[in-house]
Amino acid sequence: ITMSLSAKDKDIVKAFWAKVSGREQDIGSEAVARMLAVYPQTKTYFSHWKDLSPGSAPVRKHGGIVMAAVTDAVSKMDDLKGGLLKLSELHAFTLRVDPANFKILAHSLIVVLATVFSSDFTPEVHMAVDKFLTAVARALSEKYR
Amino acid sequence: MVKWTDLERSTVRAVWEKVDIDEIGPQIWARVLIVYPWTERYFGSFGDIFTTTAILNNTKVAAHGKVVLEALDKAVKNMDNMKRMYAALSLLHFQKLEVDPDNFRLLADCITIAIACKLKSALTPQVQATWQKFLAAVVEAMSSQYY
Repeated sequence: ITMSLSAKDKDIVKAFWAKVSGREQDIGSEAVARMLAVYPQTKTYFSHWKDLSPGSAPVRKHGGIVMAAVTDAVSKMDDLKGGLLKLSELHAFTLRVDPANFKILAHSLIVVLATVFSSDFTPEVHMAVDKFLTAVARALSEKYR
Repeated sequence: MVKWTDLERSTVRAVWEKVDIDEIGPQIWARVLIVYPWTERYFGSFGDIFTTTAILNNTKVAAHGKVVLEALDKAVKNMDNMKRMYAALSLLHFQKLEVDPDNFRLLADCITIAIACKLKSALTPQVQATWQKFLAAVVEAMSSQYY
């Protein structure tokens, strides 16, 4: 579903992401931990990890990588397709992740943001972030076929 | 029929105990309308639900949130008979209200997120997994009478 980000959406996401700054490692690893716990089918991509439990070294490392990429996408919001081209190629040709999983990770990240930011994660922020992550997923899917 | 372990049952109950229907109900419904605005199509009688401010101040939206959580309360208390318990409600949503059941899934996500805001770190990954399994069963029961 492509619903383009309005100027207001972008402003809301940027303003909210300023709060996220500095906490990417914790938030990212929590999002990956939740994804693996709540959607066990996602574990099939990580059979090479020794430990898939929340807080484990591979989960923390991967969470940091993923969240850094999402934060980078915030800075590339005006051209996600161009900005995430290389990442799309990686996911399409090397990692070959079923793109349905982007939605699962997005939901997991949103739940983390809700637990961390509570009443600051207002319905408006929720909507803008949901739209943004959907747009990121769309850009990541670009090179698949 | 979904099988529940004792731990899953107590987990769902423990989450639900922390939910104040009067507080969280309105929040959930506001999220549904704001995050998924196409759901407005079902609420023509609610008056102004076309801006975030209007939605957050709308008393009918708030009241409906409570109605939905009161129905969910039944499922918490009767996890083994959801399909039978919700059969009439499911049929109502299909025949009379004509609700696309994909919206039940969106509602379930908003419930989880509103609860996440309230419970914060108490909604651990394992608790979230069990809670979403519970909501998935509710969604399935609510979709079961569509034909």
